[in-house]
Amino acid sequence: MKFTDYLLYLLSGTFFGFVLMKSEVVSWFRIQEMFRFDAFHMYGIIGTAILVGMISIQLIKKFNTTDRKGNPVVIAPKDSSQTKRYILGGTVFGLGWALLGACPGPMFALLGSGLTIMIVPILAATLGTYFYGVMQQKLPH
Amino acid sequence: MLDFLYQPWPWYVAGPIIGLMVPLLFYIGNKPFGISSNFRHICAACDPAGIEFFKYDWKSGTWNLVLGAGVLIGGFLGGMIFANPEPINLASSTISDLRALGISDFSGFVPSDLFNWEALGSGTGIMVLAVGGFLVGFGARYAGGCTSGHAISGLSNLQLASLIAVIGFFIGGLLMTYVLLPLIL
Repeated sequence: MKFTDYLLYLLSGTFFGFVLMKSEVVSWFRIQEMFRFDAFHMYGIIGTAILVGMISIQLIKKFNTTDRKGNPVVIAPKDSSQTKRYILGGTVFGLGWALLGACPGPMFALLGSGLTIMIVPILAATLGTYFYGVMQQKLPH
Repeated sequence: MLDFLYQPWPWYVAGPIIGLMVPLLFYIGNKPFGISSNFRHICAACDPAGIEFFKYDWKSGTWNLVLGAGVLIGGFLGGMIFANPEPINLASSTISDLRALGISDFSGFVPSDLFNWEALGSGTGIMVLAVGGFLVGFGARYAGGCTSGHAISGLSNLQLASLIAVIGFFIGGLLMTYVLLPLIL
Protein backbone atom coordinates (compact mmCIF):
# COMPACT_ATOMS: atom_id res chain seq x y z
CA MET A 1 0.00 0.00 0.00
CA LYS A 2 1.12 3.49 -0.80
CA PHE A 3 0.85 6.56 1.34
CA THR A 4 -2.23 7.70 -0.58
CA ASP A 5 -3.97 4.43 0.20
CA TYR A 6 -3.28 4.80 3.92
CA LEU A 7 -4.46 8.37 3.84
CA LEU A 8 -7.72 7.46 2.08
CA TYR A 9 -8.49 4.65 4.53
CA LEU A 10 -7.65 6.91 7.44
CA LEU A 11 -9.92 9.66 6.11
CA SER A 12 -12.74 7.16 5.43
CA GLY A 13 -12.45 5.88 8.99
CA THR A 14 -12.42 9.44 10.35
CA PHE A 15 -15.52 10.24 8.37
CA PHE A 16 -17.27 7.08 9.61
CA GLY A 17 -16.27 7.72 13.23
CA PHE A 18 -17.50 11.28 13.01
CA VAL A 19 -20.90 10.17 11.70
CA LEU A 20 -21.14 7.52 14.44
CA MET A 21 -20.71 10.29 17.04
CA LYS A 22 -23.02 12.82 15.38
CA SER A 23 -25.80 10.28 14.87
CA GLU A 24 -25.43 9.08 18.50
CA VAL A 25 -25.02 5.48 17.30
CA VAL A 26 -22.19 5.29 19.84
CA SER A 27 -24.63 5.86 22.68
CA TRP A 28 -25.39 3.03 25.12
CA PHE A 29 -28.76 4.73 25.62
CA ARG A 30 -29.58 4.69 21.90
CA ILE A 31 -28.90 0.92 21.76
CA GLN A 32 -31.18 0.42 24.78
CA GLU A 33 -33.83 2.49 23.05
CA MET A 34 -33.47 0.39 19.89
CA PHE A 35 -33.84 -2.98 21.64
CA ARG A 36 -36.86 -1.62 23.52
CA PHE A 37 -38.44 -0.47 20.23
CA ASP A 38 -38.97 2.98 21.79
CA ALA A 39 -37.68 5.08 18.90
CA PHE A 40 -37.21 4.86 15.15
CA HIS A 41 -33.77 6.54 15.22
CA MET A 42 -31.48 3.46 15.04
CA TYR A 43 -33.80 1.61 12.65
CA GLY A 44 -33.86 4.66 10.39
CA ILE A 45 -30.06 4.80 10.36
CA ILE A 46 -29.47 1.10 9.75
CA GLY A 47 -32.35 0.92 7.25
CA THR A 48 -31.25 3.86 5.11
CA ALA A 49 -27.60 2.75 5.32
CA ILE A 50 -28.61 -0.65 3.91
CA LEU A 51 -30.76 1.01 1.24
CA VAL A 52 -27.91 3.23 0.05
CA GLY A 53 -25.44 0.32 0.23
CA MET A 54 -27.83 -1.89 -1.74
CA ILE A 55 -28.40 0.66 -4.49
CA SER A 56 -24.64 1.26 -4.69
CA ILE A 57 -23.88 -2.45 -5.05
CA GLN A 58 -26.57 -2.84 -7.73
CA LEU A 59 -25.03 0.07 -9.67
CA ILE A 60 -21.51 -1.34 -9.25
CA LYS A 61 -22.69 -4.70 -10.60
CA LYS A 62 -24.79 -3.24 -13.41
CA PHE A 63 -22.07 -0.97 -14.74
CA ASN A 64 -19.13 -3.25 -13.84
CA THR A 65 -17.37 -0.31 -12.27
CA THR A 66 -13.72 -0.38 -11.28
CA ASP A 67 -11.90 0.84 -8.22
CA ARG A 68 -9.79 3.97 -8.48
CA LYS A 69 -6.85 1.95 -9.81
CA GLY A 70 -8.91 0.48 -12.64
CA ASN A 71 -9.37 -3.02 -11.17
CA PRO A 72 -12.86 -4.51 -11.49
CA VAL A 73 -14.73 -4.36 -8.17
CA VAL A 74 -14.97 -7.79 -6.57
CA ILE A 75 -17.85 -8.21 -4.13
CA ALA A 76 -17.26 -11.49 -2.33
CA PRO A 77 -20.42 -13.27 -1.15
CA LYS A 78 -20.66 -14.54 2.44
CA ASP A 79 -20.46 -18.31 2.86
CA SER A 80 -24.15 -19.25 2.98
CA SER A 81 -23.43 -23.00 3.17
CA GLN A 82 -22.97 -22.52 6.92
CA THR A 83 -25.92 -21.40 9.00
CA LYS A 84 -25.31 -22.37 12.64
CA ARG A 85 -22.40 -20.00 13.02
CA TYR A 86 -24.51 -17.02 11.92
CA ILE A 87 -27.40 -17.66 14.27
CA LEU A 88 -25.25 -18.74 17.24
CA GLY A 89 -22.47 -16.19 16.71
CA GLY A 90 -25.05 -13.50 15.98
CA THR A 91 -26.89 -14.27 19.21
CA VAL A 92 -23.69 -14.04 21.26
CA PHE A 93 -22.86 -10.77 19.52
CA GLY A 94 -26.36 -9.44 20.29
CA LEU A 95 -26.00 -10.34 23.97
CA GLY A 96 -22.79 -8.33 24.08
CA TRP A 97 -24.14 -5.46 21.99
CA ALA A 98 -27.13 -4.89 24.31
CA LEU A 99 -24.95 -5.22 27.43
CA LEU A 100 -22.01 -3.04 26.41
CA GLY A 101 -24.20 -0.81 24.24
CA ALA A 102 -21.48 -0.57 21.62
CA CYS A 103 -20.50 -2.63 18.61
CA PRO A 104 -16.89 -2.54 17.33
CA GLY A 105 -17.04 0.78 15.40
CA PRO A 106 -18.50 2.73 18.35
CA MET A 107 -15.96 1.15 20.74
CA PHE A 108 -13.13 2.84 18.81
CA ALA A 109 -15.07 6.09 18.29
CA LEU A 110 -15.87 6.38 22.01
CA LEU A 111 -12.23 5.76 22.92
CA GLY A 112 -11.28 8.55 20.51
CA SER A 113 -13.82 10.85 22.13
CA GLY A 114 -11.82 10.63 25.34
CA LEU A 115 -13.66 7.81 27.11
CA THR A 116 -10.48 5.96 28.14
CA ILE A 117 -12.38 3.14 29.87
CA MET A 118 -13.26 1.84 26.38
CA ILE A 119 -9.77 0.31 26.34
CA VAL A 120 -11.26 -2.41 28.58
CA PRO A 121 -14.03 -3.54 26.18
CA ILE A 122 -11.61 -3.28 23.24
CA LEU A 123 -9.12 -5.57 25.00
CA ALA A 124 -11.97 -7.85 26.09
CA ALA A 125 -13.25 -8.05 22.50
CA THR A 126 -9.73 -8.91 21.32
CA LEU A 127 -9.60 -11.63 23.96
CA GLY A 128 -13.06 -12.85 22.85
CA THR A 129 -11.78 -13.01 19.26
CA TYR A 130 -8.73 -14.96 20.43
CA PHE A 131 -11.00 -17.34 22.34
CA TYR A 132 -12.97 -17.94 19.13
CA GLY A 133 -9.70 -18.79 17.37
CA VAL A 134 -8.86 -21.30 20.08
CA MET A 135 -12.33 -22.87 20.11
CA GLN A 136 -13.06 -22.69 16.36
CA GLN A 137 -12.70 -26.43 15.64
CA LYS A 138 -14.97 -27.36 18.55
CA LEU A 139 -17.83 -24.98 17.71
CA PRO A 140 -20.75 -25.88 15.43
CA HIS A 141 -20.63 -23.91 12.19
CA MET B 1 -22.82 25.38 8.41
CA LEU B 2 -20.58 25.13 11.45
CA ASP B 3 -23.70 24.74 13.59
CA PHE B 4 -24.44 21.55 11.70
CA LEU B 5 -21.13 20.07 12.89
CA TYR B 6 -22.02 20.67 16.55
CA GLN B 7 -25.58 19.39 16.38
CA PRO B 8 -26.73 15.78 16.47
CA TRP B 9 -27.62 14.47 13.01
CA PRO B 10 -31.03 12.96 12.25
CA TRP B 11 -31.25 9.38 11.03
CA TYR B 12 -32.03 10.38 7.43
CA VAL B 13 -28.73 12.24 7.21
CA ALA B 14 -26.51 9.78 9.08
CA GLY B 15 -27.92 6.53 7.63
CA PRO B 16 -27.29 7.30 3.94
CA ILE B 17 -23.78 8.59 4.75
CA ILE B 18 -22.96 5.36 6.59
CA GLY B 19 -24.33 3.41 3.61
CA LEU B 20 -21.91 5.28 1.33
CA MET B 21 -19.02 3.63 3.22
CA VAL B 22 -19.79 0.48 1.20
CA PRO B 23 -19.11 1.91 -2.31
CA LEU B 24 -16.42 4.24 -0.93
CA LEU B 25 -14.24 1.34 0.25
CA PHE B 26 -14.87 -0.64 -2.94
CA TYR B 27 -13.75 2.42 -4.88
CA ILE B 28 -10.68 3.16 -2.79
CA GLY B 29 -9.23 -0.32 -2.91
CA ASN B 30 -11.80 -3.07 -3.49
CA LYS B 31 -12.37 -3.57 0.22
CA PRO B 32 -15.51 -4.83 1.97
CA PHE B 33 -16.74 -2.49 4.70
CA GLY B 34 -16.25 -4.00 8.16
CA ILE B 35 -14.65 -3.16 11.49
CA SER B 36 -14.52 -6.28 13.68
CA SER B 37 -11.83 -8.06 11.62
CA ASN B 38 -9.42 -5.64 13.29
CA PHE B 39 -9.62 -7.71 16.48
CA ARG B 40 -8.53 -10.74 14.47
CA HIS B 41 -5.64 -8.82 12.89
CA ILE B 42 -4.49 -7.72 16.36
CA CYS B 43 -4.61 -11.36 17.53
CA ALA B 44 -2.77 -12.52 14.40
CA ALA B 45 -0.07 -9.87 14.89
CA CYS B 46 0.75 -11.10 18.39
CA ASP B 47 -0.56 -14.69 18.55
CA PRO B 48 1.72 -16.46 21.04
CA ALA B 49 0.38 -19.99 20.52
CA GLY B 50 0.31 -20.46 16.74
CA ILE B 51 -3.48 -20.92 16.53
CA GLU B 52 -4.60 -21.96 13.04
CA PHE B 53 -7.22 -19.19 12.80
CA PHE B 54 -4.50 -16.55 13.24
CA LYS B 55 -1.98 -18.05 10.81
CA TYR B 56 -2.21 -15.55 7.98
CA ASP B 57 -0.35 -12.42 7.10
CA TRP B 58 -2.01 -9.88 9.38
CA LYS B 59 -0.42 -7.13 7.29
CA SER B 60 -3.08 -7.89 4.65
CA GLY B 61 -5.41 -6.25 7.15
CA THR B 62 -3.39 -3.06 7.50
CA TRP B 63 -6.00 -1.12 5.52
CA ASN B 64 -8.61 -2.23 8.07
CA LEU B 65 -6.44 -1.21 11.02
CA VAL B 66 -5.86 2.19 9.42
CA LEU B 67 -9.63 2.51 8.92
CA GLY B 68 -10.04 1.70 12.64
CA ALA B 69 -7.47 4.34 13.55
CA GLY B 70 -9.52 6.78 11.50
CA VAL B 71 -12.64 5.88 13.50
CA LEU B 72 -10.68 6.88 16.64
CA ILE B 73 -9.88 10.27 15.10
CA GLY B 74 -13.49 10.67 13.98
CA GLY B 75 -14.58 9.94 17.54
CA PHE B 76 -12.19 12.61 18.79
CA LEU B 77 -13.52 15.18 16.31
CA GLY B 78 -17.18 14.29 16.80
CA GLY B 79 -17.07 13.75 20.55
CA MET B 80 -14.52 16.35 21.69
CA ILE B 81 -14.02 19.11 19.13
CA PHE B 82 -17.57 19.27 17.79
CA ALA B 83 -19.28 17.82 20.86
CA ASN B 84 -22.97 18.48 21.31
CA PRO B 85 -23.42 19.89 24.84
CA GLU B 86 -27.07 18.82 25.07
CA PRO B 87 -28.11 15.43 26.45
CA ILE B 88 -29.41 12.91 23.93
CA ASN B 89 -33.07 13.30 23.11
CA LEU B 90 -34.11 9.83 24.22
CA ALA B 91 -37.59 8.36 24.26
CA SER B 92 -39.16 9.02 27.66
CA SER B 93 -40.19 5.36 27.96
CA THR B 94 -36.52 4.28 27.63
CA ILE B 95 -35.51 6.80 30.30
CA SER B 96 -38.16 5.61 32.75
CA ASP B 97 -37.30 1.93 32.09
CA LEU B 98 -33.62 2.61 32.71
CA ARG B 99 -34.32 4.71 35.81
CA ALA B 100 -36.17 1.72 37.21
CA LEU B 101 -32.97 -0.29 36.66
CA GLY B 102 -30.95 2.26 38.63
CA ILE B 103 -29.47 4.39 35.82
CA SER B 104 -29.60 8.04 36.90
CA ASP B 105 -27.25 10.09 34.71
CA PHE B 106 -28.50 10.58 31.14
CA SER B 107 -26.24 13.51 30.26
CA GLY B 108 -23.57 11.76 28.16
CA PHE B 109 -23.32 9.09 25.46
CA VAL B 110 -23.01 6.37 28.10
CA PRO B 111 -24.16 6.01 31.73
CA SER B 112 -21.32 7.66 33.66
CA ASP B 113 -21.64 5.41 36.70
CA LEU B 114 -20.93 2.29 34.62
CA PHE B 115 -18.35 3.62 32.15
CA ASN B 116 -15.47 4.72 34.36
CA TRP B 117 -12.35 3.09 35.80
CA GLU B 118 -13.81 2.81 39.31
CA ALA B 119 -16.67 0.72 37.90
CA LEU B 120 -14.16 -2.10 37.31
CA GLY B 121 -14.23 -2.61 41.06
CA SER B 122 -17.88 -3.70 40.90
CA GLY B 123 -19.43 -6.86 39.50
CA THR B 124 -21.83 -4.79 37.39
CA GLY B 125 -18.96 -2.79 35.87
CA ILE B 126 -17.01 -5.93 35.01
CA MET B 127 -20.10 -7.52 33.46
CA VAL B 128 -20.88 -4.51 31.25
CA LEU B 129 -17.34 -3.53 30.22
CA ALA B 130 -15.37 -6.78 30.20
CA VAL B 131 -17.98 -9.49 29.65
CA GLY B 132 -19.92 -7.26 27.23
CA GLY B 133 -16.76 -6.58 25.22
CA PHE B 134 -15.76 -10.24 25.26
CA LEU B 135 -19.17 -11.34 23.92
CA VAL B 136 -19.04 -8.73 21.15
CA GLY B 137 -15.55 -9.88 20.08
CA PHE B 138 -16.32 -13.58 20.30
CA GLY B 139 -19.75 -13.28 18.69
CA ALA B 140 -18.55 -11.08 15.84
CA ARG B 141 -15.85 -13.55 14.84
CA TYR B 142 -18.07 -16.61 15.31
CA ALA B 143 -20.72 -14.96 13.13
CA GLY B 144 -18.08 -13.68 10.70
CA GLY B 145 -18.92 -10.00 11.06
CA CYS B 146 -20.47 -7.26 13.17
CA THR B 147 -23.02 -4.53 12.51
CA SER B 148 -20.96 -3.04 9.68
CA GLY B 149 -19.88 -6.32 8.07
CA HIS B 150 -23.20 -8.18 8.30
CA ALA B 151 -26.03 -5.69 8.86
CA ILE B 152 -24.72 -3.06 6.44
CA SER B 153 -22.31 -4.68 3.95
CA GLY B 154 -23.92 -8.11 3.97
CA LEU B 155 -27.57 -7.08 3.80
CA SER B 156 -26.69 -4.49 1.14
CA ASN B 157 -25.48 -7.41 -0.94
CA LEU B 158 -28.62 -9.45 -0.12
CA GLN B 159 -26.68 -12.16 1.71
CA LEU B 160 -28.78 -14.81 3.45
CA ALA B 161 -25.89 -15.42 5.87
CA SER B 162 -26.05 -11.80 6.99
CA LEU B 163 -29.82 -11.90 7.42
CA ILE B 164 -29.43 -14.93 9.71
CA ALA B 165 -26.66 -13.15 11.63
CA VAL B 166 -28.78 -10.00 12.08
CA ILE B 167 -31.70 -12.12 13.33
CA GLY B 168 -29.18 -13.56 15.80
CA PHE B 169 -28.13 -10.03 16.83
CA PHE B 170 -31.73 -9.33 17.76
CA ILE B 171 -32.35 -12.65 19.52
CA GLY B 172 -29.30 -11.95 21.71
CA GLY B 173 -30.09 -8.26 22.10
CA LEU B 174 -33.68 -8.81 23.17
CA LEU B 175 -32.70 -11.62 25.53
CA MET B 176 -30.15 -9.32 27.16
CA THR B 177 -32.42 -6.26 27.29
CA TYR B 178 -35.51 -7.93 28.70
CA VAL B 179 -34.21 -10.92 30.65
CA LEU B 180 -30.56 -10.58 31.65
CA LEU B 181 -29.92 -6.84 31.97
CA PRO B 182 -32.45 -6.39 34.82
CA LEU B 183 -30.48 -9.07 36.72
CA ILE B 184 -27.09 -7.51 35.94
CA LEU B 185 -27.79 -3.81 36.63
